Amino acid sequence: MIFAMLGEAWRAMGANRLRTLLTMLGMVIGVGAVVLMMSIGQGAQYAIKQTISAMGSNLFVLLSGNTSSGGVRSGSGGAHTLTVGDADAIAELPGVQTTAPIHTGNAQVVYGPSNWSTSILGTTPNYLEARSWQVVSGAAFTGSDVRSATRVALIGKTAAENLFGDEDPVGKTIRIRQSPFVVLGTLAAKGQSMDGRDQDDTIIIPLTTAQRQVFGTQFPGSVRMIMVQAATQEDMPAVEKSMTGLLRQRHRIREGMDNDFFLRNLTAAADSAEESTRVMSLLLGAIASVSLLVGGIGIMNIMLVSVTERTREIGIRMAIGARERDILLQFLLEAIIISVGGCFIGLLLGIGGALLVETLTGTMVIISANSVVAAFGVAATVGIFFGFYPARKAARLDPIEALRYQ
Amino acid sequence: MGTMTDSVIRIESLYKSYETSAGLFPALKNVDLCIASGEFVAVMGPSGSGKSTFMNLLGCLDKPSAGRYVLDGRDVANLGKDELALLRNRTIGFVFQGFNLLPRMTLLENVSLPLIYCGMEREERRRRARELLAKVGLEDKADSMPNKISGGQQQRVAIARALVNRPRLLLADEPTGNLDSQTGEEIMALFEALNREGITIVLVTHETEIARHAKRQVKFHDGRIVGDQTTHNEVAA
Repeated sequence: MIFAMLGEAWRAMGANRLRTLLTMLGMVIGVGAVVLMMSIGQGAQYAIKQTISAMGSNLFVLLSGNTSSGGVRSGSGGAHTLTVGDADAIAELPGVQTTAPIHTGNAQVVYGPSNWSTSILGTTPNYLEARSWQVVSGAAFTGSDVRSATRVALIGKTAAENLFGDEDPVGKTIRIRQSPFVVLGTLAAKGQSMDGRDQDDTIIIPLTTAQRQVFGTQFPGSVRMIMVQAATQEDMPAVEKSMTGLLRQRHRIREGMDNDFFLRNLTAAADSAEESTRVMSLLLGAIASVSLLVGGIGIMNIMLVSVTERTREIGIRMAIGARERDILLQFLLEAIIISVGGCFIGLLLGIGGALLVETLTGTMVIISANSVVAAFGVAATVGIFFGFYPARKAARLDPIEALRYQ
Repeated sequence: MGTMTDSVIRIESLYKSYETSAGLFPALKNVDLCIASGEFVAVMGPSGSGKSTFMNLLGCLDKPSAGRYVLDGRDVANLGKDELALLRNRTIGFVFQGFNLLPRMTLLENVSLPLIYCGMEREERRRRARELLAKVGLEDKADSMPNKISGGQQQRVAIARALVNRPRLLLADEPTGNLDSQTGEEIMALFEALNREGITIVLVTHETEIARHAKRQVKFHDGRIVGDQTTHNEVAA
């Protein structure tokens, strides 16, 4: 019987093709918009998640404070107030996973005939751990390299490509500011940081080597920054507090005076970026859903017109034995076919649109099975919800009145 | 007149009234009627006499305000909407003045429509519908649309549809009202033939010419039965 009803619904829709198509269009646009928005939103979310996981989790960065001499202020890091000792002391605090003192600068690097200016990062092996940065070939330097200030280097993907081309950098000797360094290993690609910097355009060397042989220091043991990793996200507020207290104490800063260092919560910034993308994609989805709602109302509108137009037909059907539920099912099926049909076309257009956006703008889009299933579910629900009232109206008609209707 | 035991329709002190703005309007007052199996009854009366209301009650499209209506052994007053629909599907066949075929369906589909509502398989539906179309002489037009055939042919299709589920009772409401007298006579001849095969027919008309084809005439006036006579001469014809 359901097949007979489906056939009849199909025939009724075919009898008024233009109207059926226009009604479907509401659903097509609604579903298309939802799928497109969700794909773009999820793509953006995924991109940010990747950036965050590339950065490492639960991270703080401590930067040295600024100096001012004769009214010229140096900006953060100008005064080298942080020391390796600070980093070691912070590592002892409860809730701190690891710390890595960092000394950075830019330098011209030479390998054979090629040369490249890149950022040189002097640090300890802890840094790789904190940022969960893998060495893909060769090996990382160790604590003893740091202690004895050996001239070894780990090279990022971009720097390696520019210096070595297709050659394997491991074991080769490069010159940083004239000093020879042996490349121990190459680093995994990290991609762009949140501010768009290429994180792979870098060379990592032991902290002590950077301090003593490449950049020099204001005083022995001073560093520009310290990376601190908390054990868990829940530890972060407590670590922030105890770390500030400890540093003020170590730097002998009196009550009421400003810190001589800056503390940044990297994860919080990333989290808020992720949160704002999430809210954005939710918002886009919500706006798109409104068009789905409007599409649903369009279906209800047309079904009501259809019920009125076909009042006499309903009367005839009742006279020859249709029960209320038969009439209800007939009109409900029509509404569902329109909404699911529209949904299907909308889905194709939405996916097509998302792929087009990806091709044209290079923005990452993700078409998840979830959003497809959700769109279908919503469309069917909209069809049932908005089709039910007109269908019930048809089913509740008085057969005598309906038969008399001209 | 048939015996009480073999009656298709048994009506006892039937009342039907409608709410109107001027108060309660009694359309039928204290109607008693018995129709036996195999009868051919013409219900007559001027407009407003209550004959249409009476037909709606007979056809289970409406329920009486008071009194008893027993159709084929079942008291209609106690039945729910679905059971009434089932009676309309299985026990009663309707023929209307305006034919009331569904315009977007072929004749075959129109005739098989009642069978959808009793859940019959498609092949069996088509077989039965074809059989009935053959019975009214329109087998070759099975795949035509209703607007492509004449009024008389449309009414034949409507009769085929009314009979497709093998009802005990055929209700016809002014079935010749929209037809010229020649075609009307042909339709009446078809009714007589069907009646001879044993089906009970109740026919509403205001034309004496048409009523003469029936074996029994029941006259309504102001909601009451004012005449009930049986004519035997037509049976022999």
